[in-house]
Amino acid sequence: MIGAQDLGGRDGFGPINPEKNEPLFHAAWERRVLGFTVAMGAGGAWTGDQNRHKREQLPQDFYWSANYYDIWLTALTQNLTERGMVTERDLAAGHAVDPPKPPPRVLKGDAVAATLNRGFPYMREAKAPAVFGAGDAVRTIRNETPGHTRLPAYAMERNGVVVAVRGVHVYPDSNGMGQGEDPRWLYTVKFTAQELWGEPSPDSVCLDLWEPYLVRA
Amino acid sequence: MAHDHHDDDHPHNSELSPIELRVRALESILVEKGYVDPAAVESIIQTYETEIGPHRGARVVAKAWSDPAFAAWLKDDASAAIASLGYTGRQGEHMVALFNTPDQHNMVVCTLCSCYPWPVLGLPPVWYKSPPYRARAVKEPRAVLSEFGVALPDGKEVRVWDSTAEMRYLVIPERPAGTEGWSEEQLAAIVSRDSMIGTAIVTVFA
Repeated sequence: MIGAQDLGGRDGFGPINPEKNEPLFHAAWERRVLGFTVAMGAGGAWTGDQNRHKREQLPQDFYWSANYYDIWLTALTQNLTERGMVTERDLAAGHAVDPPKPPPRVLKGDAVAATLNRGFPYMREAKAPAVFGAGDAVRTIRNETPGHTRLPAYAMERNGVVVAVRGVHVYPDSNGMGQGEDPRWLYTVKFTAQELWGEPSPDSVCLDLWEPYLVRA
Repeated sequence: MAHDHHDDDHPHNSELSPIELRVRALESILVEKGYVDPAAVESIIQTYETEIGPHRGARVVAKAWSDPAFAAWLKDDASAAIASLGYTGRQGEHMVALFNTPDQHNMVVCTLCSCYPWPVLGLPPVWYKSPPYRARAVKEPRAVLSEFGVALPDGKEVRVWDSTAEMRYLVIPERPAGTEGWSEEQLAAIVSRDSMIGTAIVTVFA
């Protein structure tokens, strides 16, 4: 979907304004959100791709102006309420009122280090050979359907060259919709800045794109 | 009491802002329902506050500058080379090292969310997650770089890497002149976080 999250190449956002000596957190509540959002992510009630899809469906005005940890909190709350794991009555009371509907796993304190250090690898075994190889000329498809995708709008229907074959990775267009991992070959594709934006330029942009996003150019 | 576990470091409810109330309410519910272990939440926060940060990436860079065999390994299989230093896991499962050269400057963004190599750089800064950087990095990287005080020669290619998948990118900046004979510790001390994102270059007088 081309939601508020699909920011690449949009104009009008103004200067970057990096903060000098930025603190790790700007408020104590941000620490809590980091902690329980990462903990719930390890619980397996939804995939990371589903979580991203939830965040990208947030209203544009909110998404473009909110503290990023509020984006996390808001999407997490929706993930929980949609599954009946947290109810409106719980939220109104600020406490558990309705009975729990637990996630598949609960991350325990003594398992945090091992879980974070293991991470959540996205690479899977290849079931078919890669269609493209390094050096191949490819063209991206157009995908403006409302589902989850990791093909940004600015790189749709553009010609590029495969610069690396990254192996077979979980396919977010399926996994993000709760339809299974459906792993596909992943490629890094280089586009010239001129191809993307129209102006002559020595610069380029590389994106990681799954095989279904590409056709032979 | 259900939310006694964090009453110590918070004011009373009446003094809490709306977002603080929402955070406290949701955390209370998650703990009371048994979905999160308070010890796990604390451990996660502690890990990113005290253990994981850009000092790790700086160590990777310093080693790449000092040890040609390590640099070659990093180019060939960054995940394994970085794991050999003990840095693995969440949001860094599939690593790629991008070596800056006299002909090419690399810069990393995530236009679609906030993908960032946590095991080597820690939590991303606010500007990295915010719309201006995400919108502009791919389209006008030189204007973005100038806002960070970086000016590159016209002939040098700026290659922007949009982290659209689970590959995570670490920029290996060019080693500055005047650092010959420095130890890895000395070198690591001059490698900034932003230089490993690609929005800074490393200088001796950083």
